[in-house]
Amino acid sequence: MRRGRSLLAGVCTLAALALAAAGCGRQGPAGSDEEPLTVSAAASLAEAFGRYDEGFEGGSPRFSFAGSDELAAQIRQGARPDVYAAANAKLPGALHREGLVERPVTFTTNALVLAVPADSEIGALSDLERRGADLVVGSPSVPVGSYTRAVLSRLGAQRAGRILARVRSQEPDVKGVVAKLVAGAADAGFVYRSDVVAAGGRLRALVLPERLRPQAAYAAAVVRGGDRPELARRFVAGLRSGRGARILRAAGFGPPPR
Amino acid sequence: MRVVRPFGALVTLALALALCFLTLPVVAIFAGAGPRELVASLGDPGALDALSLSLKATLAALAVIVVVGAPAAYVLATRSFRGRSAVITLVELPLVLPPAVAGIALLAALGPQGLLGGWLEDAGVRLVFETAGVIVALVFVAAPFFLSQAQAAFSAVDRTWLEASRTLGASEARTFLSVMVPSALPGLLSGLALAWGRALGEFGATLIFAGSLSGVTQTTPLAIYELFATDLTAALALSAVLVAISGALLLSVKLVGGRVAPGLLAR
Repeated sequence: MRRGRSLLAGVCTLAALALAAAGCGRQGPAGSDEEPLTVSAAASLAEAFGRYDEGFEGGSPRFSFAGSDELAAQIRQGARPDVYAAANAKLPGALHREGLVERPVTFTTNALVLAVPADSEIGALSDLERRGADLVVGSPSVPVGSYTRAVLSRLGAQRAGRILARVRSQEPDVKGVVAKLVAGAADAGFVYRSDVVAAGGRLRALVLPERLRPQAAYAAAVVRGGDRPELARRFVAGLRSGRGARILRAAGFGPPPR
Repeated sequence: MRVVRPFGALVTLALALALCFLTLPVVAIFAGAGPRELVASLGDPGALDALSLSLKATLAALAVIVVVGAPAAYVLATRSFRGRSAVITLVELPLVLPPAVAGIALLAALGPQGLLGGWLEDAGVRLVFETAGVIVALVFVAAPFFLSQAQAAFSAVDRTWLEASRTLGASEARTFLSVMVPSALPGLLSGLALAWGRALGEFGATLIFAGSLSGVTQTTPLAIYELFATDLTAALALSAVLVAISGALLLSVKLVGGRVAPGLLAR
């Protein structure tokens, strides 16, 4: 009897929770203006978008930050954020060809750098080839990982091989690389200049030679099927010029390519 | 019977709901990964590396958990001492820690700049970015599952058997090995299965503490996460393999446990 009663109580609790959840979903007036914009954005945009969100006309958007590749996979699986902002133009372009997003807009650029802890003795790329330096990179499918491999391939197979042999972890997004560096677990990692700015003095950026630098252009697109495409388009347009652009520059991002 | 009927219908409905909700995602994995994809995924060297690393690392973690955990649980079950419930709460704490917290906590404790980092470095022990680090993460998250089950199993053993064993002149060590462990075996095995399942599925603590590198630290869940971004079918196929292994594990332990238990009761 006692067991039966506690089971019933459990079922009732579950039902109450389900009702409460359904109620939350319908919260607010019939107009969808109260609903915040949802934005799936590359992990490297976290700090800058966090600041952009404060004065955005439609109210603070809800952000989901992760590797651009993971976010694209979610959209292919049916996730419908209002905006998708990636750390390259390739992934939004592919989603556009698949009819999932509107035409992407390239809104900013970023520089790939070799980041080391502020007190590190590593001063150049060549220092990585010496024994004992633990290197952390992004996995090949995430934009920062593919930029990293592009840089290394320009060094020639032999040097690239020596540096790749130092790779101790392939992180799912650039913030994973940053975390390993900040925690003192790794000696160096390839991240964006904006990540070093965001780390606020704990990391130092070693600028890569011009000839090695890949073009890291960020593109954003309005996801099709959202119920507020106009607001989503204003969000994307605001990244290219005006307040959004100023915030991105202050966070270490560059102007969009001409 | 008549009075109970609406209640009976309600609880049956609840069970049906629970069953549907808990099995639907698993069904979806197998629906998304046909036999051909399963075979193809097993042929992928990266997936095989991840599976073999998962098996090796979880087995190593289980060995540590059993060798240290069984005697520790025995102490908790049979001795009464000041602060016993505090100790129990502390060793069960990792059960309620989010995996990411576990990973950060391990870095803060055993990472190069952690509490014991300098000491470990002097001893020449490296954990971060090493398979050993994966094993440490697995032990940390999975051990409490075994400890709490083992403690309950040892507590449930009839005290008169222990007294009989000691009266007949057996040492405490002998009593532990030939009375306690066999009597508590079903509970120990189910604790082992839970710990193994938790270890096989470990993701966050491993990624944060040990990193992710194929063949060294990339266990199957980490490989699945990486595949998800590029090749959903392959990710589903590898998931299906992991589900099959974990399911078989759970089932076999249940069967073994079921066979052991009645025998003990008859004794």
